[in-house]
Amino acid sequence: METILVVLNVDENGNLSKHALETVSAGVKLSKGLSSPFTVGIVGPKPELAAELIGGCGATHFLGVSAEAFQIPRYVTDSVLIENLANKSQATLILAPGSSRWNRVLPGVAHRLGGRADLHVGELKVAEGKLSITKWYYRQRMEAVLQRAHRPWCLGLDSGADAPWQGERGQVSVEILDIPINPAEIRTQVQGAKSPSTSEQTIRPDAELLFVAGAGWTKKQADGQAHPDRAAELILRFLQLSGASLGGSKSLVDLSSEGQSVLPFMTHLNQVGQTGATPRHPKGLATCCHGEEPHVVGWRFINERRAVNLDPNCGWAHGKADVLYVADAFQVMERLNALLEQEKQSK
Amino acid sequence: MSEGYHIVVCAGIVPDPLQTLQPVQTPTGWGLKNEMMLPAVLDPWAAHALYEAAHLAKKTPGSKVYLVSLAPKAKLQQVMMTVAQKAAFELVPVDGPASGFTEAFEVASALYEAIMGIAGLDRNKLLLFGGWESASRGAGSTLQILGEMLQIHDQFQGVDECTVNPDGSLQILERVEGGNHQVSVCKGPPVVLGWATGNLPEPPNNPQIGMSNMRTIMPALQKAKTAKIGADGVFFGSVELPKQLRQTRVVKDAQVDEIAREILEWIRK
Repeated sequence: METILVVLNVDENGNLSKHALETVSAGVKLSKGLSSPFTVGIVGPKPELAAELIGGCGATHFLGVSAEAFQIPRYVTDSVLIENLANKSQATLILAPGSSRWNRVLPGVAHRLGGRADLHVGELKVAEGKLSITKWYYRQRMEAVLQRAHRPWCLGLDSGADAPWQGERGQVSVEILDIPINPAEIRTQVQGAKSPSTSEQTIRPDAELLFVAGAGWTKKQADGQAHPDRAAELILRFLQLSGASLGGSKSLVDLSSEGQSVLPFMTHLNQVGQTGATPRHPKGLATCCHGEEPHVVGWRFINERRAVNLDPNCGWAHGKADVLYVADAFQVMERLNALLEQEKQSK
Repeated sequence: MSEGYHIVVCAGIVPDPLQTLQPVQTPTGWGLKNEMMLPAVLDPWAAHALYEAAHLAKKTPGSKVYLVSLAPKAKLQQVMMTVAQKAAFELVPVDGPASGFTEAFEVASALYEAIMGIAGLDRNKLLLFGGWESASRGAGSTLQILGEMLQIHDQFQGVDECTVNPDGSLQILERVEGGNHQVSVCKGPPVVLGWATGNLPEPPNNPQIGMSNMRTIMPALQKAKTAKIGADGVFFGSVELPKQLRQTRVVKDAQVDEIAREILEWIRK
């Protein structure tokens, strides 16, 4: 029989994120499917309050860690934290949201515990009393279903792997762990978060729409001139009006990093594709982007895809988009922005 | 830091991203169809780690860059013909599979053996670099496991920037949620940095550096030890290409206004 541990952290408001609640759902599903007990380990200044939020999830045991040293995402402390939670719960399956915090430490901790780890886990399946996971290989170009013999097995779940847990709140008893750590071992001080050096936050993970700008925005237009300033204006206005998240192709992002005057708000963080992000949004609109394979692998989790490009034979036309509009993106976006403005004013 | 760093960059090779990939079962497990025939490149994020390492070494006198790579040595030799022109390094090759279907723990063990065999490597100067994920296995695990094996507990993933402060401490920017960076200051080596894209463009080819590197690369490849790497304890139920063939509707000769209205309707649907 397996023993399951779900590791969670509270956000800055003391709540559990959507991603954390998805991980709770996965824990509940595994517990039922494998007929195994599960423990929830929560790190936060007041783990009892977060535990109440998921009090009705069916966990057999709640563990909490409230010591200050463990409140900051940092390898040296987070690895000790999970190691202690795992040892305390005797877990054979350790689930955590696949966030930057837990993905940073899960493989190292798995090694420390003599187990194995998988990150970017897409789906958990239980059949005949055994757990299988789905995972992508070669940058989302092929999907594998696999099982492992080694335990403990640490799993970092991708966002969207399960529906967020919904259920009754409830008063639960939380065992607060006192985890010893030698201050001399803490050589890293976390100073906080830094936003990109642009005036506007353009990456919005919860947006309905991903808007991708390609290098075509910076190329010479019909008048023989490049219009990067106009491009920047149109794109930013569209993002403001639509609430979309901004992505970029590698070629455009590289132009920015080479110091060329292109789109001032475009950084490597916006890059989508083989060496960039693989964001999850219900819809995606690509503009001035050729839809080459290294870029399109980053669209694996974009359900509905449309593109605007002057080339009717670009990559998007070959089964990579649902609709390709063969048109000038400058003109289309200008008109689209005007329609969005009208819509805004009429509200 | 006047004494310099020992920067060990771990980088595998992967099929050129423009190639069509097809999974097949081989006698040794899952692999790619015609894997040995596919043109290969240095793993992209690890390549960024190499460029950052070379940049840091250039700014810090007394530093040395080692490129530790596990790959079939014939393929690695081909890739080195290009990579060797990008940055000065000493190659530490390990002859073994570059497949994504191998286990990160086993890869980390082979890399650990190779790193421990580097003569004169000073742990107190050690910066362990690599990509935060490979473009093959995409596990995001190998560096962390290797760091644990080397007992390095200051680890950073998704790194876009590492600057050396006047007191020798390292300021590191890691990618976190929402397009932000987490800023950390670490007292200094040893550290593990799993690089994202960083801030440096790909360096231009420099034939002089290439020739200098190749003088040590060829003998190193000849002496490369063989590592037996598999996926012990992993059972693949299936490996499939996604069934996502879209029937693309190509809209030509439509008025801009019509297109904009259709897109808006679709966004609002």
